[in-house]
Amino acid sequence: MPAAPVIEIRDLVKNYGPKKAVDLLSLRLQKGEIYGFLGPNGAGKTTTILALLGLTEPTAGQISVLGLDPTRQPLEVKRRVSYLPENMGFYRDLTGRENLRYVARLNGLEKREAETRIQEALRRVGLQEEGDKLFQAYSRGMRQRLGLAALLLKNPEVMILDEPTLGLDPQGIASILKLIRSLSKEQAITVLLCSHQLQQVQEICDRVGIMNQGRLVAQGTIQELGGQGLESEEGKRMGLQEIYMRYFREG
Amino acid sequence: MRTILRKELADHLNSTRVVILFCLILCVSLLITNTVSLNIRSAIDRGAKDPHLFLLLFTTSGHFFSLVQFIAFFGPLIGIIMGFDAINRERNEGTLSLILSQPVHRDAIVNGKFLGGMAVIATMVLSILLLISGLGMVVIGVIPTAEQVLRLLIYAVLSILYLGFWLGLAILFSILLRSVGTSALAAIAFWIVFSFFVSLGSNLIAGVLAPVENSRDAEQVGRNARVAAMVNRASPVSLYSEAASMLMDPYRKTTKSFVLVGPMEGMSMMRFNNPLDVPQSMLVVAPYLITILALTSICFAASYLVFMRQEIRSL
Repeated sequence: MPAAPVIEIRDLVKNYGPKKAVDLLSLRLQKGEIYGFLGPNGAGKTTTILALLGLTEPTAGQISVLGLDPTRQPLEVKRRVSYLPENMGFYRDLTGRENLRYVARLNGLEKREAETRIQEALRRVGLQEEGDKLFQAYSRGMRQRLGLAALLLKNPEVMILDEPTLGLDPQGIASILKLIRSLSKEQAITVLLCSHQLQQVQEICDRVGIMNQGRLVAQGTIQELGGQGLESEEGKRMGLQEIYMRYFREG
Repeated sequence: MRTILRKELADHLNSTRVVILFCLILCVSLLITNTVSLNIRSAIDRGAKDPHLFLLLFTTSGHFFSLVQFIAFFGPLIGIIMGFDAINRERNEGTLSLILSQPVHRDAIVNGKFLGGMAVIATMVLSILLLISGLGMVVIGVIPTAEQVLRLLIYAVLSILYLGFWLGLAILFSILLRSVGTSALAAIAFWIVFSFFVSLGSNLIAGVLAPVENSRDAEQVGRNARVAAMVNRASPVSLYSEAASMLMDPYRKTTKSFVLVGPMEGMSMMRFNNPLDVPQSMLVVAPYLITILALTSICFAASYLVFMRQEIRSL
């Protein structure tokens, strides 16, 4: 019998006025898996994520994160789930370490515990040298890595990443992806990864789901997706790029 | 919320603009105190006797205006400067997303911002009042009585609330308006309207609602003045300055600046020109104090509601 899913969404609907942002979405994530969440801009990915964190109230449907209801217990969910928003920033006039200290305090971490976790997180993302520089002196890649360090502070069981590689150079992307992958595998962290960079999603994700206009139009491992509707041998060799384009060629 | 409050306090106390502002206000108040206390001392030397001499420190004008007028006029800038980018700067820099993805209630953010600002304002007001009192004691050589200290304390509370109103207004704008520049301009526009144009407008409105056709008709003139005063009170600036002058000048028995008296009545009034005691002054000032408190609360409540209901999407 499979273990209870870490994230379970059933028939989620979210309307913004007359516009349906999410339309009857259902999703299950198992412990320790990396799930690639794909789809064009405005497909409803970010809305789904916000609902998972209790930052927006669903119009209908059930959500369970680690067995909790995010609408009712947002704080408990946010204590165990780390979220890297697409446009997250830090205070420019503080150093990386001071920024992390503030995040640790917001999480109610006790001081000594916070310091060791900050040190460990900085080491993990390779910023131990730059920890005491002002945030405004950080490069784009360093900022993104500091973002990941902030996520690690609370020893999360789930990480939700919204475009973590946006605007990074190829080495930066590779190192961030490697980091995400190793974190997830070592500590059995469940990862929900939103990205438009199909190549990278293909590299690190166990499963992918493709969203369009608020609906999940396809879901499965890359091989499964490639196999759908095609003769098997050809389908298995298909990259995510072709699969993705197949879903949106008509639209 | 404690964490956010602490961060806000540290931010304000470290920020260059608050420090500059504080120094500026300090300089101006010292300047005013200096001229005023020298004037008062020369008046004492000429034999003036006034039981409320000490309060004159705050209400006599130096070269341009008295300290009370100065705070009424420039105090709003303190609140505005501390609050105009409270929320929208965090929004623009993405730090609001950072805070919201931590286990923090949304209202803790607004509460922390408001309380942090209020704490800094209270520190500023109290330290300036204390400094001036101390300086005044040294220069004019008069020690305030317990009653005067009480008046000063009430005045401090009134001033803190008044600046709090402007802080609340500025925070409200910083929530409503996305751009930092726009919210600063909006808050400053309110300040200008309330400080300058309300008094112009009140005369205009009074002229329409209660026209004076015959300037010898006391009834008409009185009604006109009453309407003008009512309209004037729509502005927190005039509310505050009326209340402050009542509080600090015990000889003023009514808030109405306009009293119709004939020559005989005037003479008889002179005879009874005794100062009000504190409870009586309080009686007159209380409605003002409560109104300003209400305005401050309204600003805060509006900020709170708007922020809580804003879709996170747009954050």
